[in-house]
Amino acid sequence: MEMDWIWGLIGGLMIGSAGAFYLLVNGRVMGASGIIGGLVDRSGWSTWAERAAFIAGLALIPALIRPFYGVPVLTHVTNNWPVIIAAGLLVGIGTRVANGCTSGHGVCGISRFSLRGIGATVFYLLAGGISVIIFRHFLSVI
Amino acid sequence: MMRSLSAFIAGGLFGAGLLVSGMTDTQKVQGWLDIFGDWDPTLAFVLGGAILPMTVAWNIASRRARAVLGNDLPEKSGSEIDRNLVIGSVMFGAGWGLVGLCPGPAVASISWGGIGGLVFLLSMLAGMLTAPAFRARLSRMAAALT
Repeated sequence: MEMDWIWGLIGGLMIGSAGAFYLLVNGRVMGASGIIGGLVDRSGWSTWAERAAFIAGLALIPALIRPFYGVPVLTHVTNNWPVIIAAGLLVGIGTRVANGCTSGHGVCGISRFSLRGIGATVFYLLAGGISVIIFRHFLSVI
Repeated sequence: MMRSLSAFIAGGLFGAGLLVSGMTDTQKVQGWLDIFGDWDPTLAFVLGGAILPMTVAWNIASRRARAVLGNDLPEKSGSEIDRNLVIGSVMFGAGWGLVGLCPGPAVASISWGGIGGLVFLLSMLAGMLTAPAFRARLSRMAAALT
């Protein structure tokens, strides 16, 4: 537990390096919601192969690495189905309406000092914090 | 082919980083958002660590005409914090807090996230599918108000 921040930093550097690589080699902003959403609503269909390959790597490589961890790595997703479905819909619609999520607006936006990226990050962090306060501490559903 | 290969590498490194950093564990993400509970500062190190190489990359990109594989680099981002950015980000944040998954980790953890992770991902994809209609509705409502 006390080592978590070091792993956070190492993992963060890996995430940033992936974004740097994608930007400089492919010329694209590494935003997960944009890459996935462009396939879902077909707005990015002309670059479908590149998007599909990114998603394949994103799903496959962690699956290959995870067994090498000594301890089980879990997601601890709630088993409250209405909460899961509502959250999924909110994340899906929200990231597409805002045109970005934690990777696009957060990592790639803040690092280029984009006002939109910084603004989005402020709003989703605030909303996330308020969401946890309401649903964990007042309503006790999560 | 080269574009797909490098996209696969980028996606893989992104996913590995999400796993290593702990961002596929919803307890850590919700622990970060829960400032009145047992607050977990890990996410600040993840975001800080990720921004560092990205800052260098944007700096290099600004001095290049094209990406390595030949196509244009992303154009300058807009600076307007508009209605959609605010409404969308608030919706996203609310959902992110509820379960602790954002789009990247939702895909990265799909092989071990169980049925809960799968239902979240499918709901997220459904949300993305309806987003264009939702966006159109928002602009109609805004037009009606003015």
